[in-house]
Amino acid sequence: MAGTGKAHLRPGADIILNVEDLVVEFKVGRDKIVKAVSGVSFDLVRGETFAVVGESGCGKSTLGKAILQLPKPTSGKVEFLSKDLTKLKGNDLRDMRPAMQMIFQDPVSSLDPRQPVSAVLAEPLKVWNKGNQVEIDAKIDELLFAVNLDPAVVRDRRSYEFSGGQCQRISIARALALDPTLIICDEPVSSLDVSVQAQILNLLQDMKDRYGLTLIFISHDLAVVKMISTRVMVMYLGKVCEVAAPEELYNHTKHHYTKALVASVPIPDPDRRINAGLIQGEPPSPVNPPSGCRFRTRCPMASDLCAAEEPELREVAPDHFVACHHPVVD
Amino acid sequence: MSVLLKLEDLSVSFATPRGALKAVNHVNLELLKGESLGVVGESGSGKTVLSRATMGLLPGTATRTGTITYNGQDVTALPKDEVRKLWGTGMAMIFQDPMTALNPVRRIGSQLTESLTVRLGMDKKVAREKAIQLLKRVRIPEPELMLRKFPYQLSGGMRQRIMIAIAISCGPEMLFADEPTTALDVTVQAQVLELLSELREEYNMGMILVTHDLGVVAGHTDKIAVMYAGDVVEYAPTRALFKNMKMPYTEALFKSIPRLETPTGTRLPVIEGRLPDPTKNEPGCPFANRCPYVQDKCRAQAPPLVDAGDNHFYRCWFPIGGGQ
Repeated sequence: MAGTGKAHLRPGADIILNVEDLVVEFKVGRDKIVKAVSGVSFDLVRGETFAVVGESGCGKSTLGKAILQLPKPTSGKVEFLSKDLTKLKGNDLRDMRPAMQMIFQDPVSSLDPRQPVSAVLAEPLKVWNKGNQVEIDAKIDELLFAVNLDPAVVRDRRSYEFSGGQCQRISIARALALDPTLIICDEPVSSLDVSVQAQILNLLQDMKDRYGLTLIFISHDLAVVKMISTRVMVMYLGKVCEVAAPEELYNHTKHHYTKALVASVPIPDPDRRINAGLIQGEPPSPVNPPSGCRFRTRCPMASDLCAAEEPELREVAPDHFVACHHPVVD
Repeated sequence: MSVLLKLEDLSVSFATPRGALKAVNHVNLELLKGESLGVVGESGSGKTVLSRATMGLLPGTATRTGTITYNGQDVTALPKDEVRKLWGTGMAMIFQDPMTALNPVRRIGSQLTESLTVRLGMDKKVAREKAIQLLKRVRIPEPELMLRKFPYQLSGGMRQRIMIAIAISCGPEMLFADEPTTALDVTVQAQVLELLSELREEYNMGMILVTHDLGVVAGHTDKIAVMYAGDVVEYAPTRALFKNMKMPYTEALFKSIPRLETPTGTRLPVIEGRLPDPTKNEPGCPFANRCPYVQDKCRAQAPPLVDAGDNHFYRCWFPIGGGQ
């Protein structure tokens, strides 16, 4: 798996983000290079929720940050609203920033503990000169109402006075402040309790409908992704494995890695034990990834071909793409 | 099977500037040798405090009442250094956050052999051999190399395996696992849970698995205690609990789990509202404000723990599917 290719791109649709051959590498030590993202391509149609799924270290968070040019990717193209962000600098890039916002994994540490909520939300509005104090105050109240917090109660409190779920609501309000087109959600619910997780997922869905947002939803939990996304991309060690709509992906899984991910989701039923044995161990180091298909070292179906040749993404069913030499047979 | 651990009327409260904070209220639980108990609840439900109170790991601001009988011995009556002797060989604990539970400036080898030399009196060479065996047992590749590493060189899953190796190193009779997989990926979570179940059978350990996720406990426990605001609100054998939930809170937790079968775009049912303030003593059922089936009686009077037979207990005036 873990292939390259662009068969899954959708030219002609209302594309707001087009990422092609994105590569992100970090230098570590004197001569080692971490290959965090290696030639990933995907596109985003306005209004969809695009999920990026994979284990820790597969490059999904790096991918999200590289889209925002934080830091700039090593090579590749990131075309957002018809502008190639990798070629923009200084104020030109800065002008694009309000349209793309991010929600981080750890809601508590992503808020300044010394600022009251009103200051947290006012900051982006002030930086971008969105009106006088009265208008800004009105906007803050509107944002807090939108995320189901009572402005009168929360405005003057600081982040440490809130639970994780409430902090995540404030982070969502902050991301909404500048009326963005795209929000990148990096594991927004993975540090929350299941009961709170459901509230935040519903809230994201509501905000998306209300403000006409397009979301990139980064997660390691396939069950969460299934609830919320319209298209899913599975990543492994910096490469794309499989791209499909969620129903198709779960019902007709083609990639052995996706199959293992699906099998690992805990099931709240004592009579159905989950199958942890499909893949063992952990991904190899991205400093020295395996040749050919990067998943072959953990894949039950790996052959000589997998070591020699990297699989390319190809369409195996309508709008279902997989990068594997020996895809799962239904 | 004989009883390994028995909690009777266990309560824990903390002294805070706003008054006493009641974290655990009159809990009664029992664990047999080799049995696995899941303790499930939201953040703030008292599940972590419960396991720490049992281990004797509470801070000075805490007050503990009730009895904890371990192997027929009341540990609440024991002096501190006697309790300490139970740690490692009697009870051991795996903490939630494998990133911070290990000492960052000591090598894995020295952290792993510490309990072996201190507790079991092994000499260094024997302890090293034993440590390698332990690392192999928790399926860590190249155990000899691992002994030389520092925690920052390892992934979360590897660190959690090290924590497990340390916890089982002195052959404990009972293991507390406090959210052992919450910080891990689903694939690694599945592996770690499988490993814990294997080890439990192999060493015939009792295990208390503390988690907020009913999905995690379903396949790995014999019985489950659901906690809410410091109370055990439902207590039943695992199969019976999933088949026949009595307490609306258990049902609400169960329904809020995202599943693979759910069609895309479905809204998950949520539990609105929050836990009650643990420093206030309000009448009625603590779940009343969030319960979809609430009636007047629930707000006026706290329900007692009802015995539904077959070791199934619940705390509700109007249980799902009727009483008893």
